[in-house]
Amino acid sequence: MATKNRQTHGVTRRTALTTLGAAAALTLTPDLVSAQDAAPVDTTKRWGRLPNTLGARSPAENPRRLPIPTSSRTPLQDLHGTITPSDLHYERHHGGVAVVDPRAYRLTVHGMVDRPLIFTLQDLKRFPATSRTCFLECAGNYNGQREELTPQEICGLTSQSEWTGVMLSTVFKEVGAQPRATWFLAEGQDAAVMTRSIPLKDAIGEAMLAYAQNGEALRPEQGYPVRLLLPGWEGNASVKWLRRIELSDQPFMTREETSKYTDPLADGTAREFSLVIDARSVITSPCYPQTIQKGFVELRGIAWSGRGVIRRVEISTDAGKTWKPATLQQPVLPKAVTCFRYAWEWDGRPTEIVSRAVDETGYTQPEMSAIQKVRGRRTRYHLNPVTGWTIAADGSVRFALQRVRA
Amino acid sequence: MNRLLIILGAVFTIGLAAAAQSPSKPLDSGRDKPFGFGTPATPEQIAALDIDVRPDGTGLPTGSGTARDGAAVYAQKCAACHGANGEGGMADVLVGAEPKGFAPFGPEYERWRASRPDVPFTIGNYWPYATTLFDYIRRAMPATAPGSLTADETYALVAWLLTKNEIVAETDMMNRETLPRVRMPARARFVPDNRRGGPEVK
Repeated sequence: MATKNRQTHGVTRRTALTTLGAAAALTLTPDLVSAQDAAPVDTTKRWGRLPNTLGARSPAENPRRLPIPTSSRTPLQDLHGTITPSDLHYERHHGGVAVVDPRAYRLTVHGMVDRPLIFTLQDLKRFPATSRTCFLECAGNYNGQREELTPQEICGLTSQSEWTGVMLSTVFKEVGAQPRATWFLAEGQDAAVMTRSIPLKDAIGEAMLAYAQNGEALRPEQGYPVRLLLPGWEGNASVKWLRRIELSDQPFMTREETSKYTDPLADGTAREFSLVIDARSVITSPCYPQTIQKGFVELRGIAWSGRGVIRRVEISTDAGKTWKPATLQQPVLPKAVTCFRYAWEWDGRPTEIVSRAVDETGYTQPEMSAIQKVRGRRTRYHLNPVTGWTIAADGSVRFALQRVRA
Repeated sequence: MNRLLIILGAVFTIGLAAAAQSPSKPLDSGRDKPFGFGTPATPEQIAALDIDVRPDGTGLPTGSGTARDGAAVYAQKCAACHGANGEGGMADVLVGAEPKGFAPFGPEYERWRASRPDVPFTIGNYWPYATTLFDYIRRAMPATAPGSLTADETYALVAWLLTKNEIVAETDMMNRETLPRVRMPARARFVPDNRRGGPEVK
């Protein structure tokens, strides 16, 4: 084939392409399709697959979400950079994934507005568009009960995408939102008919109605065709499969903002509408179940804060006795995943490696003991404790359980 | 000349990047007159969708039910997942009136609990509003047939759950007038979020 390719120099481009295409169709394609999973061959001696309509991962790469009936977790330890591939974005549903026909889709906006309106998907796409890269995280994103846990199992209910849509403020202007409106209800069309009350003033600056994710239409499990997007807030508030918005002068006190996603505190009160995700970090490499070698080890991880930019990430390689700053990958975006890296020389002695994030407000990711001192023993949501990994003498890496035990 | 263009280009690019990354400014269109997109929603179209119920009772439909009516509905449509008496199963625990007079957390609870196991969070000890029960059951339950219950069935189930949690009497009728007046034990426990960032752990 290589010989044939060189012979095309003397002919017209069209003839060459036709010849190539025909040759490929007749002889190359079936061979290459079947060869894809076969034993390695010398790739310099044989043509590869020709361009096709839809790409796929290398068969050697197999990142997977970790599903249970109500959620699936992003494999944080398998990712590089800040964007979560859309098919690996975490899921949390209360009534399964709704399948919505985009032609039948309607968003009704009513309540304290001058002009209650119904929008089609096409209507929403006609408004000025904007894109925003930010993380989404479930309010219940912490699991730390044993040493054999991966980052995915500890805190895989967080992911990041570049979202595109229309600013909610643009739509609220269109319907003539009344000044008396201080809250709005967002309602989905899944089997839970998910509803959350959103404080209007706090949300309106950055809230979006998103119809695209990472350059393409939303995934069904992310609310296709339209979801609310509230950067920096607990994921449940960014209602998926959005069908209705009702403006009001009071919250509606739905199940997910009263009996769920509220925070019991040590003093006997319970915090409600605790919507902002506080700063957090996790080392994603090395992690369980890896084994490291003596010598150079680059510590890698991610940090994020719902209150703005990550100011710094501090690393301890001596179980929290001393801390040094990690290098932050630029650009550092507000309410977005920030990658950090730290050059470490492991001397072969058992230790614990730990990270903690500091955001632009000066908030420092707390130890679990500090969280429980304020919120008590029975606090359930919004847990963002400092976590680490123990390194044994043989280089095996395990979740540092003693650090999160109060 | 080339160098000047490069510098100007760099300054322009940095300026654009800074503007694009400013998170505090609303990114809306800045246009004051309507775009004219969308179609007017009629009262009938809104009513067909608007199923929410507020703490003051706004949105509650006509209809009624008592715990006695609710027992049969519960046994048939809820018990398989939530247990025969709301004790939980593959779905949430619903019933639990303990601890009386305080929430299942905090200093009073920790003293009370010293000699017994933890109690679960329930409607009786944690849900702040009775109207939430109606709203949620009507929109999302039962999980095998969401949105299938009539208003009477829903009121009856709410009455049964409130009775089992020792909040209303078995003969109390739940309807659009009585339900918003039910005072839930945990109501006074809830406080606004006081976290604002900064160094203090909250």
